[in-house]
Amino acid sequence: MVKIVLLAIFMPIFTFTVGLSFMMIKRKIVARIQRRYGPPIIQPLYDILKLLSKKDNISHGVIFSLGPIIAIAGSILTIFFIPIPGLHLMTGSGDLIALLYIMAIGSLGMALGAGDAANPNASIGISRALTLMFGYDLPLVIIVIAVILHYHTTDLSAIVAAQSNGHWALWSLPLSAIVGFVVTYGAMGEHPFDIVTAPHEVATGPMVEYGGKHLAFLMINHAFHIYIEIALFVDLFLGGASNIVIFYIKMFAVFFIMMMFDEVLPRFKIDDAVRFYWKWPTVVALISLIIVLVK
Amino acid sequence: MEKMTQEQAKTIANMLRKRSLWMIHYCTGCGAMELPPTMTSRYDMERLGLAPYVTSRQADILLITGYLNVKTLRRVITVYEQMLDPKYVIGFGSCAINGGVYWDSYAVIKQLDRYIPSDLYIAGCMPRPEAVISAFKHLMELIDSGKANGYERYKRNLAYYKENQRKVLG
Repeated sequence: MVKIVLLAIFMPIFTFTVGLSFMMIKRKIVARIQRRYGPPIIQPLYDILKLLSKKDNISHGVIFSLGPIIAIAGSILTIFFIPIPGLHLMTGSGDLIALLYIMAIGSLGMALGAGDAANPNASIGISRALTLMFGYDLPLVIIVIAVILHYHTTDLSAIVAAQSNGHWALWSLPLSAIVGFVVTYGAMGEHPFDIVTAPHEVATGPMVEYGGKHLAFLMINHAFHIYIEIALFVDLFLGGASNIVIFYIKMFAVFFIMMMFDEVLPRFKIDDAVRFYWKWPTVVALISLIIVLVK
Repeated sequence: MEKMTQEQAKTIANMLRKRSLWMIHYCTGCGAMELPPTMTSRYDMERLGLAPYVTSRQADILLITGYLNVKTLRRVITVYEQMLDPKYVIGFGSCAINGGVYWDSYAVIKQLDRYIPSDLYIAGCMPRPEAVISAFKHLMELIDSGKANGYERYKRNLAYYKENQRKVLG
């Protein structure tokens, strides 16, 4: 019992640290690609603490204030289901399909809050977010089915265990892994899929009315979000890890490759993004599913 | 004892605030032209923790870049009042100080400080990016020493500012 409580406290802190470290490194990488010196390495931490120290806090209603909290709660719940080496809290009680449902809670929390903001930019932003989710969920579900059929289990920790000793799903299901990368990339909201927050079009979209402590909560949620997306990809296709350090290195490798794409691509329109996801990743995912079924 | 802790909390908060200043990307006049070089690779203001943000709720600094029309003043006041405390205003270029080349225009505000409280002015027409960066550094010093208190002045002297605003806006 004590162990469970300690784990429930420790895992969000650990996750937040990992996500925050990625946010820190991202700004430095972006700066170096643009030939700038870049901010101090702990700049995102300063930003979050400054937002928490803001004096007043504008609210447009109860749901507006609850939105970021629902998003964080959904993220923390998702974290408990994703197996980290040595830290298994709820990985045995839920499977991959349950995880896919729980992962949507964060976005829905944002949608509730943004809907209460009564700002047209927020409404456009959140409708874009849900449309984009609609786009990348189709190939995501197909590759998850392919992985489930390949390993004959829906238990995520069993899938990780089956991939130990270098039998990664990346080698046995290469097409699914490529689609998984594209889907994870879109879910992270990097260029060209940063349609949701596009500052030049919809003024940061769902976050347009948020300031002060609310915005700090959303930034904390962003750190969780980065972690969830990449950790799920590492668990599904890169075979998890035997200890935390290797897990972090694998996650960082995936994140670093994503940053390289992020900095050189422009932005899709929302209809182009959905059309892209329902065309190539879906076709490739279906081919990989057929290969799994025929084998 | 309680007072001591409050003082310390204030010092720590000021230290954090000066390290992360977000500036709202709202441009009133031609001075906005000097901001892209300040942001981008050559002068790179992000190394000081400054970043451009798009909405008034998220931002800390309001830059009055150049001349300020009577018509724009209405929007500037709305933006300023939407921003969350603590917030800082920088008058940018000589137009914000005394009207600059528009000193005798009927449609331009001459003295920014009569309508919204300004924490800092940058002289020049136009101030170069070096001047902008040094102004931001000076603002950081002011915040650190607790002297950048324009938002408190605005609350304290609200009647005075509202009176002046009413005179020009009608």
